[in-house]
Amino acid sequence: MTWGYIVDIFKNYWPMFLRGAGMTLFISIIGTVVGTLIGLLIGTIRTIPTPERGISKILLKLVNYILTAYVEFFRGTPMIVQASVIYYGAPLFLGIDLDRIFAALLIVSINTGAYIAEIVRGGIISIDKGQFEAAHAIGMNHTKTMLYVVLPQVIRNILPAVGNEFVVNIKDTSVLNVISVTELFFQSKSIAGNNFRYFETYFITSIVYLIMTLTVTRILRMLERRLDGPDNFNVIPGNQMQVEKPEDAVKRREALRQ
Amino acid sequence: MDKVIEVQHLKKSYGSNEILRDINFSVNKGEVVCIIGPSGSGKSTLLRCINLLEKPSGGSIIYHGQNILDHKHDVYKYRTKLGMVFQQFNLFNNHNVLSNCVVGQTKVLKRSVKEAEEIAMKYLNVVGMGQYINAKPRQLSGGQKQRVAIARALAMEPDVLLFDEPTSALDPEMVGEVLAVMKELAQSGLTMLVVTHEMQFAREVSDRVVFMDQGVIAEEGTPEEIFNHPKQERTKEFLKRVAR
Repeated sequence: MTWGYIVDIFKNYWPMFLRGAGMTLFISIIGTVVGTLIGLLIGTIRTIPTPERGISKILLKLVNYILTAYVEFFRGTPMIVQASVIYYGAPLFLGIDLDRIFAALLIVSINTGAYIAEIVRGGIISIDKGQFEAAHAIGMNHTKTMLYVVLPQVIRNILPAVGNEFVVNIKDTSVLNVISVTELFFQSKSIAGNNFRYFETYFITSIVYLIMTLTVTRILRMLERRLDGPDNFNVIPGNQMQVEKPEDAVKRREALRQ
Repeated sequence: MDKVIEVQHLKKSYGSNEILRDINFSVNKGEVVCIIGPSGSGKSTLLRCINLLEKPSGGSIIYHGQNILDHKHDVYKYRTKLGMVFQQFNLFNNHNVLSNCVVGQTKVLKRSVKEAEEIAMKYLNVVGMGQYINAKPRQLSGGQKQRVAIARALAMEPDVLLFDEPTSALDPEMVGEVLAVMKELAQSGLTMLVVTHEMQFAREVSDRVVFMDQGVIAEEGTPEEIFNHPKQERTKEFLKRVAR
């Protein structure tokens, strides 16, 4: 009976499944986090207002072209191809032999970065102009405006999209098996190769992936709620403006004049 | 009288669209100047040119003897001397009320957090929002938001406070509470430049009224002169239309 085999395979190989899942999560988490940082950086650079004149204008245009090329390439090709190109190309062009896991992290980060860059750019554009204007009106330059007013709001807005990227990465790390990274799919191939029970083995694999993605989705939803802050605020008890005594009014006016 | 801001031959065009044609006027220390006029006359554009949210196409703006349109001038430092209150409030959504008033002081003026909070509390109490320091902007009503916006601008302790139609986006009941705060500020000696449609306010509170029409200053004078004895035809037309 198939179901009997499933239980058997799980009983015999669960350490391998676990190690594979661990590696998948490890690569996904780091890849998504680093990719998000890359994306934030790129998104911010691409929305720097064009300077009036001179060298900064040309420099900024050049940087923007390079970044656009990067984003287009990594969004326009499959990650499985990117993995092969980078892993096999590095020894040829850079003379270094990449450690598989480092290559895996690099590939997922760069790939995620390209997607998040576009998400961030959209996030920044969708912030109401008034936020920028108010920040400028109190003397903030572009960097301060981004750091203290805009990016915190952007990050809160793109969290669902980033969470989505994370879940996608959990599944897409499976393509790294072509460069022999020991993530979950690669482990499953070995296990299935051992016992020839392809359906049963991959069935277990799918359950493991499902557990990972569902858990991550739940956690992200909790995080979003936490970031919104409490729904109610505390009103500080004390003197309401309408019930002001004349002495207080005078005191306030003196305070203003100082 | 100490001239705080002087605008000379200011021009602003968007492509072929000339919004400001040749604006010449000044604001003295302690004065409350109200700018009135029909929609599209360039009132808001003029205000936004003064704090460089819009870049003028020509002319000069003299602040304390220096032309701030000269590109060597530090725009950011200049802006800290001018506060602005927007029609849409524009409170920072990721900060609570207190933080809205503190962030500009600590990050731009480099004040200590303690000092910044004290100053913020002082002005929040002036506008009557001292009890709401933990609230986020989305939890406040329009009138409350605008009062916090005024406190935020005051906390930077600017030389002039610019108001861009501060009550136009408010329900009638809330207009009163904001105008009351503005009246208090005017009486305390704050230099204010207000673009408004509230004629009653302009009449009662301003030292000078400027009537703009089609990109130029059509007439200028005391409230008594402008509202009771307008000289220009178009001023009379406008006042007739907005008379309530």
